[in-house]
Amino acid sequence: MVASVRPEGAPVISAQDLVKTYGDVNAVDGISFAIPAGESFGLLGPNGAGKSTTMRMIGGVSQRTAGQLNIMGLDPEQQGPEVRAHLGVVPQQDNLDEELRVRENLIIYGRYFGLSRSYLSQRADELLEFAQLQDKAKARVDSLSGGMKRRLTIARSLINDPKILLLDEPTTGLDPQARHVLWDRLFRLKEQGVTLVLTTHYMDEAEQLCDRLIVVDKGRIMAEGSPAQLIRKHSSREVLELRFGTDRNVAVAERLDGTGDRIEVLPDRVLVYSDNGEESLEAIRGRGFHPITSLVRRASLEDVFLRLTGRSLVD
Amino acid sequence: MSILHDDDYILAADRRPLSALYSRNARAVIERGFRVIKSQNWIVLVSGFFEPVFYLLSMGIGLGQLVGSVQGPNGAPISYAAYIAPALLAVSAMNGAIYDSTWNIFFKMHFGKLYQSMLYTSLGPFDIAVGEIFMALFRGFLYALGFTGVMAVMGLITTPWALLLVPASVMVAFGFASFGMAITSYMKTFQQMDIITFVMLPMFLFSATFYPLTVYPEPVQWLVQALPLWHGVELMREISTGAFSLVTLLHLLYYVVMVLVGLAFTTRRLRALFLR
Repeated sequence: MVASVRPEGAPVISAQDLVKTYGDVNAVDGISFAIPAGESFGLLGPNGAGKSTTMRMIGGVSQRTAGQLNIMGLDPEQQGPEVRAHLGVVPQQDNLDEELRVRENLIIYGRYFGLSRSYLSQRADELLEFAQLQDKAKARVDSLSGGMKRRLTIARSLINDPKILLLDEPTTGLDPQARHVLWDRLFRLKEQGVTLVLTTHYMDEAEQLCDRLIVVDKGRIMAEGSPAQLIRKHSSREVLELRFGTDRNVAVAERLDGTGDRIEVLPDRVLVYSDNGEESLEAIRGRGFHPITSLVRRASLEDVFLRLTGRSLVD
Repeated sequence: MSILHDDDYILAADRRPLSALYSRNARAVIERGFRVIKSQNWIVLVSGFFEPVFYLLSMGIGLGQLVGSVQGPNGAPISYAAYIAPALLAVSAMNGAIYDSTWNIFFKMHFGKLYQSMLYTSLGPFDIAVGEIFMALFRGFLYALGFTGVMAVMGLITTPWALLLVPASVMVAFGFASFGMAITSYMKTFQQMDIITFVMLPMFLFSATFYPLTVYPEPVQWLVQALPLWHGVELMREISTGAFSLVTLLHLLYYVVMVLVGLAFTTRRLRALFLR
């Protein structure tokens, strides 16, 4: 055995110029980041931005094309089993073992980590409670609802008491109740010092859970910081949403210059980015424009995200 | 659960050889296999067992009436049923291993996504290969055990050497299982899976299973002798009559090589597929 190379206080995950190429496509194109112990770190980006690929490289199940990656002092490519022994993984799509029952899924998964049966028996019951699936212990996996499967997948990822939890779009497809339960559970793990790395495209989720995040698009980092920092840097404090009717939006927007920091026209509404939405609205009314509806709201990460990655659809 | 601190986040490197591929925990994969078998329908498990039994009944008893006795491996005449039974035993072991390592693995790879989830744990591809191949081998063993029982009931076992038939069958099953999984990893669609049947059936019929190799012209003999089933058939035949020679060792060696190459091949494939 050789001691780890990770000095005290150093990041538990550090990536340097990570590149992953599939054929001639750069799925990940030179990403660098460092995550300290106990941080909750988010990767935000549209579909195909390279978030999942980055997660897979951290787990050591995808070989990087170039760059450096260090997880708790080890290279996951060289030491896959050892690194993954301390990792919990929630993949984007549930991959539960449909040939096993609910509780067996937890026990056998724990056996893959080499954990003892007696330990797992107790741990599985704790996790069933955590996931609120006690009544389903003996049920078949294919009889579970989508939300239940997701909860079971998350419970399964905790069977080895991971130090780092990788969550790839953990709440996609869940109803609001289930999402809030899950956020609560993740927050508790964070309090226990578990490092969370999550991808999401729910901005409210990122604002709730992430201490810090990177916005990724086309395999590159577009912005980095805490949610509040990013909003401050890439958006105004408030956003005024106005509807003049689809046929008038463009014409009106051209004559709103100066009422906000920035004006954006969408097919159905006009957005005025401003530090004071009410004042902007007064100014616009003062120019003789009366919107059908108006709404002043606080700027969110979603505004930052759309600003940085554009509004066009990505497939 | 205790609270994690910064100094908990230090891992020690595992410097043992192959530590990136193997975590010495194939038994967990095997444990899963047995749990699934326990909850499975037994009919599914044993369906492949009957094929060689039916051949033994129809050919051995039916056709045997016409054929009468034939020359055994040690020169002495034996009944036609006794001649083909050990060959069909090799087929039985092969079938068990192949059913498990092709169709079962195909489903797990493409529909169950089982290996993807396993590889996100501390298991490495070699653990999975060994575990899954063991399960296929276990099925081959069950089939062979059953078939040996059928042979005993039909009075086709005449020497104590026949006890070695079962371990020899395991070796045959091992050879096919370790290759089957690697081959299956190339298959992407159901149509491609038919290729396996297309290869297995002629190998079963033409590997000197029902008649001696000498009926073929020499070039064909060479071809048949290159195929794995022929070595299994000959191995079983020699054991069933206690007619051992250096060639027996050669047959065994063929399977040892097949197992080693198959294991390395399968590990490589799992790695190429899931650790890209």
